Amino acid sequence: MPSLIHARGLIKRFGDFTAVDGIDVDVQPGEAFGFLGPNGAGKSSTMRMIGCVSPPTDGVLRILDMDPLRDGPRIRARLGVCPQLDNLDVELTVRENLTTYARFFGIPRATARRRADELLDFVQLGERAGSKVEPLSGGMKRRLTIARALVNEPDIVLLDEPTTGLDPQARHLVWERLFRLKQQGVTLVLTTHYMDEAEQLCDRLVVMDGGKIVAEGSPRSLIEQHSTREVVELRFPTEDQGAYASKLDGIGDRTEVLPDRILLYVADGDDALAEVHRRSLSPASALVRRAGLEDVFLHLTGRTLVD
Amino acid sequence: MTPAAYVLEYHLVNYRRTWRSSALSTMVLPLLTMLGFGLGVGGYVTTGVDGTAYLDWIVPGLIASTALQTAFGEATWPVLSGFEWVRSYFGQAAAPLRVADVLGGHLAFMMFRVLVSVSAFVLVAAAFGTLRSPWALAVLPLSVLIGFASAAPAMAYTASIPSDSYLAILFRFAVLPMSLFSGVFFPIDSLPDPLLWVAWALPLWHAVDLTRAATLGLNPGLAGLGHLLYLILWCVAGWFLAHWRFQRRLVV
Repeated sequence: MPSLIHARGLIKRFGDFTAVDGIDVDVQPGEAFGFLGPNGAGKSSTMRMIGCVSPPTDGVLRILDMDPLRDGPRIRARLGVCPQLDNLDVELTVRENLTTYARFFGIPRATARRRADELLDFVQLGERAGSKVEPLSGGMKRRLTIARALVNEPDIVLLDEPTTGLDPQARHLVWERLFRLKQQGVTLVLTTHYMDEAEQLCDRLVVMDGGKIVAEGSPRSLIEQHSTREVVELRFPTEDQGAYASKLDGIGDRTEVLPDRILLYVADGDDALAEVHRRSLSPASALVRRAGLEDVFLHLTGRTLVD
Repeated sequence: MTPAAYVLEYHLVNYRRTWRSSALSTMVLPLLTMLGFGLGVGGYVTTGVDGTAYLDWIVPGLIASTALQTAFGEATWPVLSGFEWVRSYFGQAAAPLRVADVLGGHLAFMMFRVLVSVSAFVLVAAAFGTLRSPWALAVLPLSVLIGFASAAPAMAYTASIPSDSYLAILFRFAVLPMSLFSGVFFPIDSLPDPLLWVAWALPLWHAVDLTRAATLGLNPGLAGLGHLLYLILWCVAGWFLAHWRFQRRLVV
């Protein structure tokens, strides 16, 4: 079976600026695939090219075994798109947002109404079907946007930062719905800069930085490849954490000094902490935790803030 | 059905939610302008224009001007909203629609709005007994023509600006002068030469002249054909400009 999304050396330039700098991607049917990266990494530009609303500057891109430049409308007929910024129609009711959008796909009115009701139940907005969109909460609007992306029963659902700006309850509800879709065999492609989101939803992901893919794999394998199993976080009662760094030599595979704490990347956190105490160092606080995707992410893309 | 028809349908569903706010002004505005200009100003212009009573003479101008105003109203704020505020164009571009469908569907809705406004005006004008010929029915297709000839380039302009402060420029330097110097309120013969050229270059005067011929039952002659062709030129050029600007903003 050919990949649903196939990219080789995919490039997107805007004038002199290269947003996407030669990436290779393959997404298989039924997969939940994530683009992870800081702001400006090229995630959204990649998503827009996959969504066939942004022609690639160079490289190979095939979606559903078709050419986005030639078959844009035919490809888009089989995609569901949940954009980063909501573009719901605030004057219309919740149900009308789905039925009018369904019509763009040539879906007959009666089918559109039936599907709208099913989808509103699915995203738990059934009771708000007749109300206007304007007063809905951020989480409700997001769920409605997701429902709208499903109105044509798409083969691939593209989600650009699906939970950015939502409160924790709303995020978990969105994740739960997306997980249900995944279980139904829908192929999900999402971008995120939330590590927990990537760990929750993605079977496989790529980490992007500066338009390039810097790592690829399952969340678990990325942690194994790019981090140790555990991390010890030490805070010393001083202005200058760096002064302690040399005293910690050899304890971890890697030591990272931050303005407020020192991170030790180690296989066994408790052993490492015992060694710290054996060296008569007394941190004000010490925390042993499992390494996560965030450690991988910060290791690969750096801690410098990109704005 | 062509995909553009789905876009038209979407705009009509939206209109069903909002038509009440515009309905009153659609009826009251023609009434007020007729009373103000036709009867008020007309009271001073006792000789009429070219042997026609001032009210009868000004009504076709006001009708063409209404078509233009409605078209500009629809091709500015709602279009900018589609790009910047509601961002509905981007939702449509993500569906299996082409830029031509997004643009054509919205333009079709604008022509519907023009027809609603102009029909209301024609009804009021008929009630005042100012329509002198059955040819007056021709003002409906004519208003679609001037509506398209103004909406399409206005959409191209709106698709090129980042915020609504640029729309004020359009109304101040395009709509207002066009309304004043296109033979709506007085014959353009009284204009000095440079302004005469402005009147000829802009689309409104051509529509006013045709509309006037229709409601007064005059033969527009060969000049009428020239008007038609010139307005069609504005429509075609406007369409390509708007398509280019929409493409640049939606597909990047």
